[in-house]
Amino acid sequence: MKKALELIDLNVWFGEGADRVDAVKSVSFSVRQGDSFGLVGESGSGKSTVLRAVTGLVPYWNGTILVDQKELGAKRDKHFYKTVQMVFQDPYASLHPRHTVDRVLSETLQLHGFKDIDSKIPKLLDDVGLGASFRFRYPHQLSGGQRQRVAIARALAPEPKILLLDEPTSALDVSVQAEILNLLSELRAEHNLTYVMVSHDLAVVGHMCDNVAVMQHGELVEMMTVDKMRNQQADHPYSRHLLESSARYRA
Amino acid sequence: MSLVQQTEKQNMRAWLLAEVPTSRHHARMAAWYQNWLALKRNTLAMAGLGILVAVIIIAIFAPILAPHDPFTQDLANRLKPLGFADHLLGTDSLGRDILSRLLYGSRITLYIVTLVAIIAPIMGLIVGTISGYVGGWVDVVLMRITDIFLAFPKLVLALAFVAALGAGIENAVLAISLTAWPPYARIARAETLTIRKSDFIQAIKLQGAGPIRIITKHIWPLCISSIVIRVTLDMAGVILTAAGLGFLGLGAQPPSPEWGAMISGGRKFILDHWWVATMPGIAIFMVSLAFNLLGDGLRDVLDPKESGR
Repeated sequence: MKKALELIDLNVWFGEGADRVDAVKSVSFSVRQGDSFGLVGESGSGKSTVLRAVTGLVPYWNGTILVDQKELGAKRDKHFYKTVQMVFQDPYASLHPRHTVDRVLSETLQLHGFKDIDSKIPKLLDDVGLGASFRFRYPHQLSGGQRQRVAIARALAPEPKILLLDEPTSALDVSVQAEILNLLSELRAEHNLTYVMVSHDLAVVGHMCDNVAVMQHGELVEMMTVDKMRNQQADHPYSRHLLESSARYRA
Repeated sequence: MSLVQQTEKQNMRAWLLAEVPTSRHHARMAAWYQNWLALKRNTLAMAGLGILVAVIIIAIFAPILAPHDPFTQDLANRLKPLGFADHLLGTDSLGRDILSRLLYGSRITLYIVTLVAIIAPIMGLIVGTISGYVGGWVDVVLMRITDIFLAFPKLVLALAFVAALGAGIENAVLAISLTAWPPYARIARAETLTIRKSDFIQAIKLQGAGPIRIITKHIWPLCISSIVIRVTLDMAGVILTAAGLGFLGLGAQPPSPEWGAMISGGRKFILDHWWVATMPGIAIFMVSLAFNLLGDGLRDVLDPKESGR
């Protein structure tokens, strides 16, 4: 199968000279088209930074990033934004407080050069399980789960092939988490999307993903299939430790 | 009111208050109506709005409302007290009717205040948001320029500008605007710094939005409420700075009935003929108060998060 996303020796750092912090150290992995790939690890292990590097939101990085087998340059172009979209962690922070749902979606559609904006918005809202009645609401009139649905609709608006999910449920209530995860699974099947999902919740990754990569201190320590993960069959001591502590926590 | 009109009005109200707007235009109208209702609930803001509307009406109809010509001198009847003959608010040192001068002066005051309230905040907003959003050397250069303007006392700087540009109301407005923008730039920059890294800015970047779109459509709306407050607080100061320039002979020129200049003119007689300086003072006070009240109410309405509570 074709590789939708491939990273080779990705390094990301913040600051210069003595203040330099290496957040991601020579990380390589690839995600096949239609696959759902999970990145797990503790806080500060650099998993979110990997996603931000792919989207071009970090200032300093090197290495090779390939999307659809084409290498990305220093700047991301329109075509990239049409192929790759991201859902942010905190739906309370990722929507502009003064923009209605309609404005958020129509601006996105307009930026991507769509013409039939008025007919597309109800369809997008419908896709994420929100009725047309939500169209002219402000974010403060929505619940956390509804906001995240709007954020997902925004990410879907350009009709991307790859969706980067940066802990999309960690800011939500447990009951709402399940709804959003089911929505994401349905959308993947429906639109034939490729997911790269960052999470520290192994249950979420186990539910959503086919393959998992474990990160620690900015390095990718192990890759495994989700079945291996469920059966606690990790090779690296850190991933074993991570799986065990997660299992203990749930028990 | 006939029954038809009444039902029409009710239909309009129902349309404006609809739970689920049917179109973008409908949603915008409904939002405006909700804002208006919120503002109407705020009694003090409505009082401010009332005063300002009254001042605007007075400015428009000054020739009809004024009992005397504001420029006609009558040295026999100079410095007459309140209610003397048909001079309701007395006469000034040249025997001119103070009430008429106040009515005509509202035109000049509104002119100055409106222009400054438009030029200075917009200039500050542009400089501040660019500085905060772009950062780097652009930020350094723009903020040092701002510091230079802030380092001078306002009136002295305005004096220097007027001296260079020539005396007159237009140049006074320009000079006041040039001295008034740095605080707005500072506020706008501080606001920009807090929002430029936020997720919703990152999110729109991921849709391929350029810096101009991000600054004007995403950052400006969030800076407006703090700027509006600062504008309303500055209004009194603007009127007084204009008065100060008038007093020094560099703003409104003598016969014109500018309120600040009238206070300056009345200063000499303040102990014996208090009304000459007091009446324009009350006028300035009323207008500044109105701006403050309205600004405060507007701030609450402009912030959808506040109005939702």
